[in-house]
Amino acid sequence: MSNPFNLRVNGVDYVISADQNTPLLYILRNDLQLFGTRFGCGLGLCGSCSVLIDGQKMHSCDVPLWDCVGKNIVTIEGLAKPNHLHALQQAFIDEQAAQCGYCVSGILITAKALLDQNPNPSEAEIREALDRNLCRCGTHNRFVRAIQKVINSS
Amino acid sequence: MSSQTLPQYLLSNSRLSQRVSFNEDQTITIRPGKVEIGQGIVSAIAQIAAEELEINYSRILISPVDTSMSPDEGATSGSRSIQEGGESMRYACAEIRHLFLEAAAIKLRLPIDSLKINDGMIYGDQKELGVSYWDLVGDVNLDIDANGRASPKSPDAYKVIGSSVPRKDILSKVTGAAFLHDISLPGMLHGRIARPPSFHAKLVSFDETPILTMPGVKRIIRDGSFIGVVAQREEEAIKAMMAVEKHSRWIESAALPDMNNIEQFLLTQKTEDEILKEISSSSSPTRSQISSTFTRPYLAHASIGPSCALAWWHHNLLEVWSHSQSIYALRDELAKIINLDPQQIIVRHAEGSGCYGHNGADDVALDAALLAMQMDGSPVRVQWMREDEFAWEPFGPATLVKLSGSVNTDGQITDWHEEIWGSRHIGRPGRQPQPGLLAAWHVSKGIEPPLPLDIPLAAGGGSQRNAIPYYEFPNCKVVNHSIQSMPLRSSSLRALGAHMNIFAIESFMDELAEIANADPVEFRLRHLKDERAIAVLKAVSSKANWNKDYKSDGSKGFGVAFARYKNAGCYAAVIVEVFVAEIVKVKKVFAAIDCGLIINPDGVLNQIEGGIVQSISWALKEQLQFDRTRITSLNWEDYPILTFSEVPPVEIELMNRPSEPALGVGEGVTGPVAAAIANAVANAMGVRVRNLPMTQDNVIKAMGA
Repeated sequence: MSNPFNLRVNGVDYVISADQNTPLLYILRNDLQLFGTRFGCGLGLCGSCSVLIDGQKMHSCDVPLWDCVGKNIVTIEGLAKPNHLHALQQAFIDEQAAQCGYCVSGILITAKALLDQNPNPSEAEIREALDRNLCRCGTHNRFVRAIQKVINSS
Repeated sequence: MSSQTLPQYLLSNSRLSQRVSFNEDQTITIRPGKVEIGQGIVSAIAQIAAEELEINYSRILISPVDTSMSPDEGATSGSRSIQEGGESMRYACAEIRHLFLEAAAIKLRLPIDSLKINDGMIYGDQKELGVSYWDLVGDVNLDIDANGRASPKSPDAYKVIGSSVPRKDILSKVTGAAFLHDISLPGMLHGRIARPPSFHAKLVSFDETPILTMPGVKRIIRDGSFIGVVAQREEEAIKAMMAVEKHSRWIESAALPDMNNIEQFLLTQKTEDEILKEISSSSSPTRSQISSTFTRPYLAHASIGPSCALAWWHHNLLEVWSHSQSIYALRDELAKIINLDPQQIIVRHAEGSGCYGHNGADDVALDAALLAMQMDGSPVRVQWMREDEFAWEPFGPATLVKLSGSVNTDGQITDWHEEIWGSRHIGRPGRQPQPGLLAAWHVSKGIEPPLPLDIPLAAGGGSQRNAIPYYEFPNCKVVNHSIQSMPLRSSSLRALGAHMNIFAIESFMDELAEIANADPVEFRLRHLKDERAIAVLKAVSSKANWNKDYKSDGSKGFGVAFARYKNAGCYAAVIVEVFVAEIVKVKKVFAAIDCGLIINPDGVLNQIEGGIVQSISWALKEQLQFDRTRITSLNWEDYPILTFSEVPPVEIELMNRPSEPALGVGEGVTGPVAAAIANAVANAMGVRVRNLPMTQDNVIKAMGA
């Protein structure tokens, strides 16, 4: 596949010129200035670069640019509607579910992917879905509570 | 009140206008001297400012620490931010409130004592006739020094302090850009450092030619064994960094200890010894004496986001953005290493990924500065790779504690003998004349990293933190052996020596309780005099329904532990339930905490929950891996941490004491949690695990011991 590449991110079409093997993470951050998707390990082990690609949670550090063409990409910046936070974002604020917050966008994306596929997961299913998202501050239980709050209010 | 009673950092940064300014849009900007490291501290300081200024918390904006304008309040460390940064803001805002009241009294022609303030509006009987702070800005001169002209409010008048107002930083963190990592400057280039393969590897040869022609590469900067690359795009810088590894040759030496025999390493190093406590008195006959040895491995801070910095050299000025805990000290060390006047450097704090002590934040700032100095006019952003973070961050040091003790026929401890072997803990910038920043080791003028220091025990200590038991014993000797070598780079990790010392002391308390045939809770109570200590232990026992007659079925067990952090900070008592089958699982944690006056209950809970979970992770899973030459924990597979499915429910009771000084809570639970888990494992299986982490391997070894 050759330059330039057409990308659809958060419902907006972009034309990107970059090496075809560039990880999507760097395109999102440095070409599109969508900084909520973050570098953590570069190996798909920590989840801080999670995005939705055609509704599936993916590690954007591990997905090359060429593989994103024609797909629908959603980042943390695409969760909220104008002046209206997504229910998960609001619940995270209500539960004060963050310490440093570096992992939060990956956790929100993973939670959205989970709830889109299973609107009523058990606590064990929530935890299992989040097992590949690492949090070092120890905010796990608050994240789970916030997600359960969304489930219980919908 | 006189200026003599002002807080330390208000005396040293006394100009009131430095801390508070009033904006035209009826907001107020505060400039704390402490930085946000994921602990919610600047929101708590904003809460204190709102209280003293009698304005709505939502009107307060927070300006991060910046060496060109903020008060210098030293490092943000040691759970001292509320005591230090909160107090200086509290006293400064009390004086500012008073100055406005004086101005309002003149304008309204009312006695000052008759005035009230509500959300920045000052009035007598009729609010509609009042004047606001913003109406009075022209009448009040804040370019004066604090002198104790007014006292802060009495705690019984608090309205904002003590309530769980939301943190100010969470909205941005759930919606997008929020960190230093997310700052983009016009014309910004990307840098990476091709580090040596091991601590003291020397560069033998390096062919830069093939790298210079790689796409986007702007410059290769080599100075001694330091090699940095600068490229247009981030992924281009990473590729160039990886290419350097292919085109360079290094000499390495096998200088690391055997990670599987850290005990032997620690006990054979040259040490500096200090007797921390020695009391003796005659006592009743001893019934039994026992001895035990405890170890912990090297631990990584392992923030989720690798360290990052931006630097921009232009017009003979170096601007640096850093998530350091020591913004001013970082500026001064950069000046020494780069040979600049400190006045030519501005360091600005921006938030980084969670900080649990001295991590790579300062080092990456030097990396970015070294690259930026060669790229006049272009800002350079450097983020470490995950592998850099694991291999090069200063680790929490491995430690060994030997204990022996006796109980008498009354079940009282009569003798306590404790000896500690390990590194000192404080290697952060600004503590020694010689800089310790990483790249300075490798540049051609090479600065050997100094050994870490400890601060005096009275100021909190380092390796000796919490070395002295908080219990009362008639005979007690505590000796600290500080090893005089640093084969692995180490520095401060959350709680410093308190983690290991409390793990050892509180494990050994259970061992002594067992030979005294005593219930572990009751045994602790009989050796404590401090009512607040007794109160947290009783509170946690009642919260957890502690059953002193519980008999384990071989797999489920309960353990308790207590400590007062630094023997002068917050009180923490913890009860843990474990289930041991193939591995140790923590099923439930209860804690009771007394941290004096609580500024923000939810913020305190968040910090304690986090401390508990991180400590479980250290206790059950974490051990830095290395061979005799290199660090081999380079990613999350080699250094696993606790995952969502492994995190237990946590219940915390806060014991608010509004008339007692506010005490930090970030580090108070780490030691008690580790010991409570070990005590619960012993309760479950009758096996005492004395070597951290309590992995399957170490539990099996303990069974055979």
